[in-house]
Amino acid sequence: MDEFLILSLPPMVIASLAALACALPGNFLLLSRRAMLGDAMSHVVLPGIVVAFLLTGSGNGWVMGAGALCAAGLSALLIEFVTRRARMEPGAAMAVVFTAMFALGVVLLEMTGTSGIHLDVEHALYGNLETLIWLPGPPPELARLALIAAGLALALRMVWRPLVLATFDPVFAQTMGIPVAWLRAGLTAATALAAVAAFQAVGSILTISMLICPAAAARLLTTRLPVQVAVSLGFAVASAVLGYVLAGYAPLWLGLPYTVSASGMIATVSGLMLVGAALTASHRARARL
Amino acid sequence: MSQIPLDVRDLTLRYGDVLALDGATARFPKASMTAIVGPNGAGKSSFLKSVLGLEAASGEVRAFGGPVADAMARIAYVPQRAAVDWSFPVRVIDVVLMGCYRQTGLLGRIDRRFQAQAMACLARVGMQDFARRQIGALSGGQQQRVFLARALAQGAELYLLDEPFAGVDAATEAAIINVLKGLQAEGATVIAVHHDLSTVAGYFDRVLLLNRHTIAEGPVAEIFTRDALARAYGPSLMLAAE
Ligand SMILES: Nc1ncnc2c1ncn2[C@@H]1O[C@H](COP(=O)(O)OP(=O)(O)OP(=O)(O)O)[C@@H](O)[C@H]1O
Ligand SMILES: [Mg+2]
Repeated sequence: MDEFLILSLPPMVIASLAALACALPGNFLLLSRRAMLGDAMSHVVLPGIVVAFLLTGSGNGWVMGAGALCAAGLSALLIEFVTRRARMEPGAAMAVVFTAMFALGVVLLEMTGTSGIHLDVEHALYGNLETLIWLPGPPPELARLALIAAGLALALRMVWRPLVLATFDPVFAQTMGIPVAWLRAGLTAATALAAVAAFQAVGSILTISMLICPAAAARLLTTRLPVQVAVSLGFAVASAVLGYVLAGYAPLWLGLPYTVSASGMIATVSGLMLVGAALTASHRARARL
Repeated sequence: MSQIPLDVRDLTLRYGDVLALDGATARFPKASMTAIVGPNGAGKSSFLKSVLGLEAASGEVRAFGGPVADAMARIAYVPQRAAVDWSFPVRVIDVVLMGCYRQTGLLGRIDRRFQAQAMACLARVGMQDFARRQIGALSGGQQQRVFLARALAQGAELYLLDEPFAGVDAATEAAIINVLKGLQAEGATVIAVHHDLSTVAGYFDRVLLLNRHTIAEGPVAEIFTRDALARAYGPSLMLAAE
């Protein structure tokens, strides 16, 4: 098989699927001013994975994913608890919970020597996208992410109308018999699912960027929600592909002897897209005056 | 069988230490138009929210002969200030279409019929020219009218409006009162919190004077008296009027 198909295509597709899975809940996190939740979810994954590994001794992706989801669920409850009991604003409560849980994960990692299998702190931050090659079959992350991205897209399509209503005007939604609290919890769960799936492939830094950047960039360019979501998905795939290609080839083109981290480059590209969108939006606003 | 659209008994609501409602009681007959009148902080907004179950009040509320929760499809509510994110990416027409949610359901197609219905509701409040604007790109009074249009799109039989005339100009106020009287003529029941005592008699046929509890309720001619107003607002209002 062609070298590109074996070495480059699988990671590129995986990064794109992760970006798509994240952008879907990301749009609604942003609209409900809960962007910080994406940050929280992608950090609490670490202790979940470590504990799952310690308990089962298995490095299987599904087992670790389950552990991560448990940690995400636990942290969502903790965030609610801290918000209510300590009367903290939700953003602060999320920050407190996720930094504490991430730190716990790091300590557990170092104390227990689980770092033997690809579970060290660097991988937690940057993932291991480059190693997800066709060897000899597709890497398990591929099917997992495809399944989760498709599932999230389908779920979003199903609850689109009530979710938009509940996000825009919760009081009105309640009078229309829409289960606002359940939708909110569902969005938290979707975020956790996307974050866990993406984390295993691309690490926590890129997960955060994938949850928020494409949606934030798209939001600046349109006043229609369906358009915003569509544009954000386009940005998601574009930043994954472009970032991956740039990471692999840009140093070569520049004559440098090394390549750079694909995750880092993808996050950088989506950050640059956000800047580009902001400049376009402010330019347009000025043109309108 | 003609069931009374709204029957409220002994509604009591506390926010922490604040007793917002203290046994408020009222009946709203079919096709009536009632003004809820009382000073700031009298519990008028709390009354509407409690009726809708948006606040956990004690007491008994029956709508169309049953629990309110079973009658929500027949009730439309426009809050005093919509607690929405004005920068949200929706257009005016999208907001009005939200009122059709019970008909379109989860996945039903929003076809020409619903579009036309939403446009007609916008036209009734004089906002048809703004259909494609983003909701935040409107003045406060215009936003208020869009939310009234959304309530109209619900096709309800009981309308609860919290200060529908706050911040709207005289021409719009006249247009809105025409819309409300049209609803009444179609058999709908309208309940609106209203602050302008000088227009109560012209706009409404019934009054609920509220100050934590019911001071008086009934037809405007019987209830809207100097004595009852003094009990609702305290004697200072009477001094100001004289
Ligand atoms: N969320 C809340 N938390 C605590 N107290 C509240 C809350 N909402 C209202 N109150 C208090 O309850 C009382 C009734 O408030 P409400 O908003 O029902 O008054 P209102 O009659 O609608 O007044 P206005 O004419 O100013 O709209 C007031 O004393 C108010 O301070
Ligand atoms: Mg009020």
